[in-house]
Amino acid sequence: MAENDTGKAGGYLPRDRAWQPAALTPAYKTTVKRSPQAALLSFPTTLSEETGPVFGHGHLSEGDTDLIHNFAKDGESAIGPRIIVHGRVVDENARGVAGALVEIWQANAGGRYRHKKESYLAPLDPNFGGCGRTLTDAQGNYAFHTIMPGAYPWPNGPNDWRPAHIHFSVFGQAFAQRLITQLYFEGDPLIARCPIVGAITDPDAVSSLIAPLDMGRAIPMDSLAYKFDIVLRGRYQTFFENRPEGS
Amino acid sequence: MTQELKRVRETPSQTAGPYVHIGCTPGFTGIDVYEADLGNVMKTGPVKGEEITVTGTIFDGTGTALTDALVEIWQADADGLHNSPQETRGIADPNFTGWGRCASDMTTGAFTFETIKPGRVPYPDGRLQAPHISVWIVARGINIGLQTRIYFEDEASANSEDPILSRIEHRNRIPTLLAGREKDGVYRFDIHLQGPNETIFFDI
Ligand SMILES: [Fe+2]
Repeated sequence: MAENDTGKAGGYLPRDRAWQPAALTPAYKTTVKRSPQAALLSFPTTLSEETGPVFGHGHLSEGDTDLIHNFAKDGESAIGPRIIVHGRVVDENARGVAGALVEIWQANAGGRYRHKKESYLAPLDPNFGGCGRTLTDAQGNYAFHTIMPGAYPWPNGPNDWRPAHIHFSVFGQAFAQRLITQLYFEGDPLIARCPIVGAITDPDAVSSLIAPLDMGRAIPMDSLAYKFDIVLRGRYQTFFENRPEGS
Repeated sequence: MTQELKRVRETPSQTAGPYVHIGCTPGFTGIDVYEADLGNVMKTGPVKGEEITVTGTIFDGTGTALTDALVEIWQADADGLHNSPQETRGIADPNFTGWGRCASDMTTGAFTFETIKPGRVPYPDGRLQAPHISVWIVARGINIGLQTRIYFEDEASANSEDPILSRIEHRNRIPTLLAGREKDGVYRFDIHLQGPNETIFFDI
């Protein structure tokens, strides 16, 4: 097992289920029939969860991080406020996760997704596909160039609107770390009204999904920037070998 | 006050929503930005071991099939080795990625993986686990990805000594983790989110 600065890497730390959203959150109605009712069965991670595939740069291409252009016709670009979304993927021990696969998807500036089942009346942008992906660098950093997504209504309560958001799928070094989440934007009054955000009960946990405006990473006369760091599960750090069960 | 622990908290999960395909399988929803959807091919050449198909459907508490889910699987090769930088015991079959990703069919809800029967992987204490495939499910209405495992009905003796299966209190729920052999090389693994046949989900 890999050595590191604080000892030997053990199994993965368990998820904090009070910090994470519960499966059943009735204000988000779809959870009512899609949430398991029995208690989850807890076990320490094994090699099956402590390993994960490696994603090579051969799978991805440079332009995958530029949502403004990756679907646009030659010489054209997506409509909407231009933004940079950047951040660092670390584990719970605050170490950068290199080579993590970060995939994002989002609505266009009018709040409309490019999807067969999407029916919101806002128009599609012919130059916006809505997906991007990248691998983190050696320190865990990533960046995308995209447009600010619009808020959109969704069938839940009689008048529920999603705050502007970008969906993130992150794959670190182990299947145990697999995570999907959503980025929200600083100052959006819809965040506090959203039943999906409200599935998270700890206010600090909600705050950790809100990306601040980051003028230090803006490009003058070109793009604003938002910072979104992501924390994946980390491993127990120990100087001692695990004692086999029963001994 | 005490000294500070230099540890940070895991990012909270949020649902993948109904349009997870745009980000994870864009080709599947007709967005041709990438060359290929990641995870749609697990066998990149001739593979060792028994080639199998695993297929199934995810059902909600009303018995309705989920037609907007995304299923990912991760598993060892035929010798029980993972094609992963974290694998320390040997070199896995280079023609088998071990990782698959499949969107549920938008009409029927069926998911299918063309894979191989995995070998046995040790538990932390050294005992061998029965052959299994790790599963992760996300969808609209699922706030945090669901973890489960596919074991195989026709591995009765390995299953009987599996460290995890043998510690499940409600023995009558174990069949929810067993893929049944439909015909040679084809296994069915349906997933029930609720109800009398609710699948065992893990916190692992
Ligand atoms: Fe969304």
